[in-house]
Amino acid sequence: MVTYIIRRLIAAVLMLVVVSIVTFSIFFVIPRLAGVTATDFANRYVGSKGATAETVAHLAEKLGFNDPLTVQYGRWVKGIVAGSEFDTGVSIEHCPAPCLGYSFITKTPVWPELLDRLPVTVSLALGASVIWLVAGVATGVLSALRRGSFFDRAAMGVALAGVSLPIFFTGMISLVYFSYKFGITVPGGTFVSFTESPVQWAYSLILPWITLAFLYAASYARLTRAGMLETMGEDYIRTARAKGLPESRVITKHGLRAALTPIVTIFGMDVGLLLGGAILTETTFSLPGVGRYAVQAISANDLPKIMGVVMLTACFVVVANLIVDLLYAVVDPRVRLG
Amino acid sequence: MSRASEPLLSVQGLEKHFPVTKGLLKRQVGAVRAVDGIGFDVVKGETLGLVGESGCGKTTTGRLITRLIEPTGGKIVFDGRDITHMSQGRLRPLRRDMQMIFQDPYSSLNPRHTVGAIVGAPYRIQGIKTEHGVKRAVQEILELVGLNPEHYNRYPHEFSGGQRQRIGIARTLALKPKLIIADEPVSALDVSIQAQVVNLLEDLQSELDLTYVVIAHDLSVVRHISDRVAVMYLGKIVEMADRTDLYGSPMHPYTNALLSAVPIPDVRRRSERERIRLQGDVPSPLNPPPACRFHTRCWKAQEICRKVEPPLTALAPGHQVACHFPENLSGDAPPAPAAGQEKEPGTISPVS
Amino acid sequence: MTFLELKDLRIHFPTDDGLVKSVDGLSFTLERGKTLGIVGESGSGKSVTSLGVLGLHKGGRAKISGEIWLDGEELVGASAEHVRKLRGKKMAMIFQDPLSAMHPYYTVGNQIIEAYRIHHDVSKKVARKHAIDMLARVGIPQPDRRVDSYPHEFSGGMRQRAMIAMALCCDPELLIADEPTTALDVTVQAQILDLMRDLQRDFNAALIIITHDLGVVAELSDDILVMYGGKCIEYGSAEDIFERPEHPYTWGLLGSMPRLDREPTERLLPIKGSPPSLINVPSGCAFHPRCPYAERTAGRSETEVPELLETAGGHRVRCHLPGERRRAIWEKEVMPNLEGTS
Repeated sequence: MVTYIIRRLIAAVLMLVVVSIVTFSIFFVIPRLAGVTATDFANRYVGSKGATAETVAHLAEKLGFNDPLTVQYGRWVKGIVAGSEFDTGVSIEHCPAPCLGYSFITKTPVWPELLDRLPVTVSLALGASVIWLVAGVATGVLSALRRGSFFDRAAMGVALAGVSLPIFFTGMISLVYFSYKFGITVPGGTFVSFTESPVQWAYSLILPWITLAFLYAASYARLTRAGMLETMGEDYIRTARAKGLPESRVITKHGLRAALTPIVTIFGMDVGLLLGGAILTETTFSLPGVGRYAVQAISANDLPKIMGVVMLTACFVVVANLIVDLLYAVVDPRVRLG
Repeated sequence: MSRASEPLLSVQGLEKHFPVTKGLLKRQVGAVRAVDGIGFDVVKGETLGLVGESGCGKTTTGRLITRLIEPTGGKIVFDGRDITHMSQGRLRPLRRDMQMIFQDPYSSLNPRHTVGAIVGAPYRIQGIKTEHGVKRAVQEILELVGLNPEHYNRYPHEFSGGQRQRIGIARTLALKPKLIIADEPVSALDVSIQAQVVNLLEDLQSELDLTYVVIAHDLSVVRHISDRVAVMYLGKIVEMADRTDLYGSPMHPYTNALLSAVPIPDVRRRSERERIRLQGDVPSPLNPPPACRFHTRCWKAQEICRKVEPPLTALAPGHQVACHFPENLSGDAPPAPAAGQEKEPGTISPVS
Repeated sequence: MTFLELKDLRIHFPTDDGLVKSVDGLSFTLERGKTLGIVGESGSGKSVTSLGVLGLHKGGRAKISGEIWLDGEELVGASAEHVRKLRGKKMAMIFQDPLSAMHPYYTVGNQIIEAYRIHHDVSKKVARKHAIDMLARVGIPQPDRRVDSYPHEFSGGMRQRAMIAMALCCDPELLIADEPTTALDVTVQAQILDLMRDLQRDFNAALIIITHDLGVVAELSDDILVMYGGKCIEYGSAEDIFERPEHPYTWGLLGSMPRLDREPTERLLPIKGSPPSLINVPSGCAFHPRCPYAERTAGRSETEVPELLETAGGHRVRCHLPGERRRAIWEKEVMPNLEGTS
């Protein structure tokens, strides 16, 4: 078990290294291979219009775009670990650790901005994930146990709709009805932090939660249903019944536990990914989260910000993966052997 | 059957060790000695049976002979050629002569292909032209294995278990092989169907002059179908002899235990039958017991069995045993077969 | 005294392709301390019968009729909750593949403890003690340590022993074993058969053993019931079935089996064709398309379902051939070929 944990930890660290290399490659290596020169980089990053060619070349030199890629990668990683400074020729910009990037356009380091926006994204992701997990699994289990019933067909029909309908559609519809027409919930763009008022916090997020959860609950219901149908046909379920267990215990203790194992995996991945920003939901409800930050960065062509979001999301996914792997070993004793 | 000629298949010192890794760095800490130095010859026209319990290496042996997996050591000579480490490319033409029948007729047939495509596939893979076209050739084979040639265009799911195993056999026969390795060919089938397939294999052998290596755990089926039988235990052959000798006067304690463990459908003798009851299960091939591998379960084991590995030697003509204290050595009267009655093989025609 | 009695039990499953008559009019009786062997090929209805007795045949859709009397109680009409309370306590079951029949996520001990505590209001500690005792009873070494192992940490034979311990933990009076040794190696099978024989003597339970292996049946059974196409086609004492079988299907089973206790015959004597699909059971006698003697019934076998009739002292046969003809065929045509000598 201990070797298993250590091996998973090492794997996670290695994964982070790989992720950083891939991210770096996307933003620096591939453009260079495609013929983007150091001065182009300087232009793009600092974006000073009307600067002379010499100024830009000088800037490129100062910012190190002329250095070999390995050196640039080293400097970038060092920035994440220890922070770095950028000499733009005009001023020296400080970017304290962890320096995930420095936006020359807004003249701000990326990390503090991400930190500002994380509470929104985390609130959104965690709240929604609890809702979809409970609703999706419950629906899936009921559907499986009443296969072919009206409930099953209706639930699966709704689930199919849920999987197919995009957030900006369901989100808009619910905003129109619940916020503007009936006034039950707050309009988009409102976010009250949890520390300020938990009730207001939940109230401000309830609509985005449900909208986002609907999408995921649909696929979780389908997954749970399939998993339960398979598990309930297993021999050990028959054994549990033969022992004289009440059906409710057969379902929860023997059936659901086994059926949930694959769900745990997907759940971890989904939450990890969402923590990097629910772009559509945040945009639809105008929530100032990481996803919306990414969208704004993309429209402003602010590469350091985009790169920061990508790195953050990747880290979340790796960490979520690690947690899932460890959970898996707790749930399924057979995994511990590996 | 002809015994004088060169062996069609000759296996010497064959080994297959699967590495076992452990710890963070996946260091190799040992090996599962699935097959650990076995040797036998199979002459043309005969049937060699390989029996043993799970984990004894019989299935691995079958896969080694057909080179589905790469041997760790030893030598396989087929039809005069050393194929031990032959490349897959050079092996391909030889595959025509050496075919394999698998246990599970359900999973070894592609459900999306018609019977015609399945049985005809070997022709296409090997690029062989047939006189009257592939379809005709396939239909002839289908008829040979007792299937309706008109079922050429049907899919595997339209057939019963026994018929599917016939399809599997038809596929192996397409290229007129010399050697067929059958791995548990009947164990997935119903009792009445098992007998049909066993008879079919025997008929085909005499009609097409086939040579078989039959791998099975069912001692009765192996006795029925084999000329010679090798008993395997934890990657080794512990006893090999003509079936009459092996079943009539088994010398290795393990063979004796195996035979006495088989339930006999005879209610009169159930109380009086003497049994050897082995303790426990087969040890793991990862850490097989030293020297004689059977000593942990053997009631005759002495100090020497734990120290010195008994070699496989011929203690009677054509009867090889690897044991320090063999039973039924010449001099002892060979005991009657389990039932306690000796009978001459019958010559009656079967009821039909 | 009769402990278990089935009267005209029918278990039918409506499917899209038609009605599957898995069990179609089955009757037998069983006493405490006795063993009944049910023999048949796949689809003969032998496993569905056992599940039906335990009330485990697939819930809502199956149609069950007839009577199952267990120790004076009728089970077919009883409430599901009542039957559930009998399951595991009064009647228990052992399944074929102990690896898939035990939950992979719970320790062996936990699964036995669970089985015990459903029916006994005791603390976990007491139940655990009982589980260790049961493991010791079925011959598992170091039971106080093995009780905390997971099923995948056991060998096949040990798993089946643990399964038996679980089935016996509430001291059931009826034990049904469905192919208990099919997944095991032959030397382990012998151990398990010995164990079951010993335990049955100690517990004095009624035992039903369901298998396709005539050897296993011969080892354990007092009575034997041969099933074909959902019906009993021959029923009698073990001696009746093995020494004086009267149904052509039983003959066919005996002829299909190579036997270690006799000189090998030149050829096996298989039954032609395949077992019938239960959706399309042949008309008349279900066995007639495969029966070598069907033409000797003057066409009756194709149109009339034969009755299960007593031929001698409890030995019952479902066949159109008159009893004397059957006995003559057995003695003159069938038995000599099975013996391997004339």
